[in-house]
Amino acid sequence: MDALLLSRIQFGLTIAFHYIFPPMSIGLSVLLVVMEGMYLKTGKAIYQQMTRFWVKIFGLIFALGVATGIVMEFQFGTNWATYSRYVGDVFGSALAAEGIFAFFLESGFLAILLFGWNKVKPKVHFLSTILVSFGAHFSAVWIVVANSWQQTPAGHHIVGTGVNARAEIVDFWQMLFNPSTIDRLSHTICGAWQAGAFLVLSVSAYYLLKKRHIEFAQRSFKIALVFAAISSILQLVTGHYSAIVIEKHQPAKLAAFEAHYPEHEAAPYHLFGIVNEEKETVEYGIEVPGLLSFLLHLDPHAPVTGLRAFPPDERPPVAIVFQTYHFMVIIGTGLIALSYLGLFLLWRKKLFKYKWLLYVFVFSVLGPQLANQLGWFSAEIGRQPYIVYNLLRTSDGISKAVNANQVLTSLILFGIIYLLLLAVFIYLLNEKIQHGPDESDLVKEGQRA
Amino acid sequence: MNIAFDLNTICFALVGILFTGYAVLDGFDLGVGALHLLTNTDEERRLMINSIGPVWDGNEVWLVTGGGALFAAFPKVYATVFSGFYMAFMIFLFGLIFRAVAIEFRSKQPMRWWRNFWDISFSVSSIVSSFIMGVALGNIIRGIPLNAEGEFIGNFWTLINPYAILVGITTVALFTMHGSIYVALKTEGELQRKVRGWVRSTMIFFILCYITTTMITLTYLPHMIVYFKEYPILFALPFLNMLAIANIPREIIHGRDAYAFLSSSAAMIALLAIFGIGIFPNLVYSLPNPENSLTLYNAASSAKTLRIILTIALMGVPLVLAYTVSIYWIFRGKVKLDAMSY
Repeated sequence: MDALLLSRIQFGLTIAFHYIFPPMSIGLSVLLVVMEGMYLKTGKAIYQQMTRFWVKIFGLIFALGVATGIVMEFQFGTNWATYSRYVGDVFGSALAAEGIFAFFLESGFLAILLFGWNKVKPKVHFLSTILVSFGAHFSAVWIVVANSWQQTPAGHHIVGTGVNARAEIVDFWQMLFNPSTIDRLSHTICGAWQAGAFLVLSVSAYYLLKKRHIEFAQRSFKIALVFAAISSILQLVTGHYSAIVIEKHQPAKLAAFEAHYPEHEAAPYHLFGIVNEEKETVEYGIEVPGLLSFLLHLDPHAPVTGLRAFPPDERPPVAIVFQTYHFMVIIGTGLIALSYLGLFLLWRKKLFKYKWLLYVFVFSVLGPQLANQLGWFSAEIGRQPYIVYNLLRTSDGISKAVNANQVLTSLILFGIIYLLLLAVFIYLLNEKIQHGPDESDLVKEGQRA
Repeated sequence: MNIAFDLNTICFALVGILFTGYAVLDGFDLGVGALHLLTNTDEERRLMINSIGPVWDGNEVWLVTGGGALFAAFPKVYATVFSGFYMAFMIFLFGLIFRAVAIEFRSKQPMRWWRNFWDISFSVSSIVSSFIMGVALGNIIRGIPLNAEGEFIGNFWTLINPYAILVGITTVALFTMHGSIYVALKTEGELQRKVRGWVRSTMIFFILCYITTTMITLTYLPHMIVYFKEYPILFALPFLNMLAIANIPREIIHGRDAYAFLSSSAAMIALLAIFGIGIFPNLVYSLPNPENSLTLYNAASSAKTLRIILTIALMGVPLVLAYTVSIYWIFRGKVKLDAMSY
């Protein structure tokens, strides 16, 4: 294998692994604000117990996020040096801003969240929780800005030619609010909220099945359920608007999502199927004629640009993107159905009656995780063969000073270390869950010995 | 050869400040890690880890931010250094990851083998990460082979040379000194008495390394002292540096650990300032072809981007300093073990 393919695999592996953690912490941080806010408002000790338990889970997830995140900041330089020289003027500012504005805030105040219970007043602690949540979201803002610029570059011009060519900023605000920033950011944040919400649902459902910490679990479940329902339906809305932006600015990607080949015809929507890239058709699938056209233009006959409008070396790998995109949509739909079924049963006061449903909720935590990963795979593979859309090809972005053997070595090491990290993460998460919330946290702060 | 206080120089200083912040802050927690195995009992080891407990990952944020600022302001340096030092840098990253895992997981299980395994991981990865940082610094001082495009044209073994290794060892010595002072500040009783002994030995170790490195640098690397000759006032820096180092044992003897820690921080800041002025106006010195060096002009982003970075820094850095100080203030005093401890 060559350095290019290995570098792509390594980037994919490290970023996919990293992306298990930040969405969960972003989503969970919102629930922490709600829980601790309820505690301060009502003074009920149960909310303090809930906050303290979920803060511990948050700390664990955050630690893994930091450990895997440092790699992110540097691997543009290590493996994608040519890309870094090309985009540094534009892309680097967003990363630097992320560090200075967001990451410092989040990690600094996390110390108070985790270790500051007896060192600061409850209101200061609550303020820290809000700041951590704000920092987590703000991190996402800058990272998605940087990535969106790769998808729909704006606010720059190209200076120099050949190896010396690079993008330079002309308009910072245009770069910041490039055509896809807002829609992709809201879609990403909703996915993160779902990840946090379903994590809490899963653990709470587990306790309810095991008949442990019943009140704790029921309350956590209800709060998370409302949050899950809100974020799941918003996810549908933001996904819809993202698709419209993609059609407008990255037509090849949208055509690949749907394996829509005809150059200028109305497009169907496939519920599922398998793409035959040679015959340029979708096999074994069910298609709803005109549905994609309708979704994009409110007109089932509106033409959608198809893949044949692009020369073969300008098309993303269709078969993979079709599957990642469709599975994301299927899972997303399932999460909406599940959360609204839950809400309906909550209204009928039958929510915790059905064991099978609780089992479904226990495993539902995997749903947003998979959908988030598949969504990013769709976004990134759908951008191929470009690393910066229509400006720089992925194959032109790699480091010339690094050879295949070096990347293979680091890739194997990443593989081993990440397997270890994952094993230890699951082990410790399980341990915290088995240990459960502390009964001593039901005693109010002022009444403690 | 005038030092012009233009945008590029200010951004150079800014990146320098962020990496200096990283060295001073993560320096002590890496140092604590390097010394970790010198403690004997489980309680002492928990005290060591918990002394850095609330702050170590915040300290690493300085590295991430420094990296981001370097990427934004001097993308060619970012690209050349991290692709050129590929394997070394990967080992550094694995060291930091492993270290984070070790801190998180060490005290989660009572089994002896479990704790020993993570204790050793914590210590070894701290030493390795510090050492590699020093080796990288040494190579930047000494110079690395670059071609006309500013690409690194050596290999892994190019980076392993006596001078770089010496700077690597000096860095480990500096961090252990800095770390032991920090632990002295955060602990009490038996452990503190023991740690004060370490301050002495690590200081002697550091001073020996430092003198050797300085002699060799002055003798063999004339490009590092150009600006000092030009502006003799700059010799104030090495003087302040020595003053700060000399002040450490004085404060330790009087039991003023906090002042000792500030002195050691000041010494590190002075050291990095000396380094910055030494390499100026280069960011990566090219050896053997100095004309290929990456400077703060030929490797920089556009003036517009530099202004954006400066704006971000002017808004962000005061905030960062404010909450860094407040976090350290909230967690001041001696470390105590409780239910939330590692």
